[in-house]
Amino acid sequence: MNKNNLHVLFDDDDILLDAIKKIKEKKYHINEVYTPFPVHGLDKALGLKPTRISILTFIYGCIGFTIAVLMMNYIMIVDWPQNIGGKPSFSFIENMPAFVPIMFEMTVFFAAHLMVLTFYMRSRLWPFKKAENPNPLTTDNMFLIDMESGDNLNKLKVFLKKTGAVSIEVIEKDDNEK
Amino acid sequence: MSSHYEAPIRKPLIEGDKSYHDITVDIARPIETPPNKDWWIAFSIALMAFLWGVGCIAYTIGTGIGAWGLNKTVGWAWDITNFVWWVGIGHAGTLISAVLLLFRQKWRMGINRSAEAMTIFSVIQAGLFPIIHMGRPWLAYWMFPIPNQFGSLWVNFNSPLLWDIFAISTYLTVSLVFWWTGLLPDFAMIRDRAVKPFQKKIYSLISFGWTGRAKDWQRFEEVSLVLAGLATPLVLSVHTIVSMDFATSVIPGWHTTIFPPYFVAGAIFSGFAMVQTLLIIMRKVSRLESYITLQHIELMNIIIMITGSIVGCAYITELFIAWYSGVEYEQFAFLNRATGPYWWAYFFMMTCNVVSPQIMWFKKLRTSIIVSFVISIVVNIGMWFERFVIIVTSLHRDFLPSSWTMFSPTFIDIGIFIGSIGFFFVLFLLYARSFPVIAQAEVKSILKSSGENYKKLRDNHE
Repeated sequence: MNKNNLHVLFDDDDILLDAIKKIKEKKYHINEVYTPFPVHGLDKALGLKPTRISILTFIYGCIGFTIAVLMMNYIMIVDWPQNIGGKPSFSFIENMPAFVPIMFEMTVFFAAHLMVLTFYMRSRLWPFKKAENPNPLTTDNMFLIDMESGDNLNKLKVFLKKTGAVSIEVIEKDDNEK
Repeated sequence: MSSHYEAPIRKPLIEGDKSYHDITVDIARPIETPPNKDWWIAFSIALMAFLWGVGCIAYTIGTGIGAWGLNKTVGWAWDITNFVWWVGIGHAGTLISAVLLLFRQKWRMGINRSAEAMTIFSVIQAGLFPIIHMGRPWLAYWMFPIPNQFGSLWVNFNSPLLWDIFAISTYLTVSLVFWWTGLLPDFAMIRDRAVKPFQKKIYSLISFGWTGRAKDWQRFEEVSLVLAGLATPLVLSVHTIVSMDFATSVIPGWHTTIFPPYFVAGAIFSGFAMVQTLLIIMRKVSRLESYITLQHIELMNIIIMITGSIVGCAYITELFIAWYSGVEYEQFAFLNRATGPYWWAYFFMMTCNVVSPQIMWFKKLRTSIIVSFVISIVVNIGMWFERFVIIVTSLHRDFLPSSWTMFSPTFIDIGIFIGSIGFFFVLFLLYARSFPVIAQAEVKSILKSSGENYKKLRDNHE
């Protein structure tokens, strides 16, 4: 059985979305899609699950808030309570209003930075990471579908041409890989 | 095409007959071509100003804060004025990138990248002043709550100055990651086009290996949205906290509850003016008139007009409340501000900030590039004077008439201020030649809905 990979290039986002729908209908397997800009509806067309990063961000924010509360309670109330400007620091609740700005700032600080770090780690983005887009045009104006060819390559090629593909490249898998 | 529908009444945001590839070429051009003579002249001037500032800072640190014009009565003057001015300028960047994203304003996409760059560069300038003002800047880390050997002497979390440290550091770092995350796809675009190996290496390094996979874009959009949601209250909190440096004190003229909203409006006002100044020059020099259109300039002018009017309202409310409060110290502070020895500063502030933006009511004037440019400079001068008026006039007549005095800046004060402007422009000019100055990935995503050619195509079909 011949199982090659195909790199199918499109030059328009609307044609790409239609093509993906048709490819999905024919039950071909799409490995990955590379686009130069966020194409709306692409994640739905591919059946990607919604990202859970905002749930994590909420948790990160709660961590930041908790650290801020614990830190200020320890520093101002527990470790060395002082009477500054006639406003004694002997109880957390009474001093809490003065702590609100920093509670807020630390919540934002933790939520924002940990969210971005999570995004970079999950999407494998960091300095010295090698780019893996198969065609450099996908950051310019081309849209690329990386898919499996299935059994009948010629029939598939005709079908893809009909969906509006600009070029189709067959990537032969190494025999060693098998 | 139906998914890209936009009402025909909305003006196009991308002018000319552009394709996706044209956008790439236009935005990569300033990076791929060597800078011209004008750039080198501007850069040399900025660099000289910066170096002059570095000299003045070195002199200040070497001899002490006595090198400035401060005295026993006026202990805060140009330093804090400059600090607040620069922080305020920074606010427009976050407003454009975060608040306008939440409101789904497509016109932010032509200007958000440069506005965010301006935010970061101006917050850097702002941060300089309190650090120099410490006198011993190598001890700046004492501002953080670090366990120490001084009998465990902690920082004071009741102090608005400490709130400021947390606010400004959070603001600077969050703005930086927001900016950089948005830059990844655009750096990747430059990387994939680069022919020179060195250029390719640099852009590979800073694009973090971005490839534009479907899942990455999904996360990218979610992260941008959540960051915008976090940055919006953040930007409001930052200038609120800056205003609390004054508002939580007991000095007449500072001790006013109107300060937080008034400062935030002023910050947006001055920030938009600075964006206007920078972009009017940049769109011409980098030939980006198709992306930063007259429509963008007009919309920014409208925001300048609105925020200018809010600031004007705040000035008048302050005067009214000073009278209505019945507190004689308050009344004196405000009367002295308007009619005392610093009346000219107050007059500058009122004309530049309240009167000048009102001309934007006229469509003809707010769509004129020359007028927009002139007003943006005037507003920046006016907003500097606003901070000077608030800080110096409230201090120079204190509770003891025997200590009443005036403030006059030394050449060191002036040098550091000029140096910070130089530093800002050094950073901005370098940015304009090495960064994609327009968020091209985002602009491409609105091309079909807001591009002039596509809008015409749709109009003809109907």
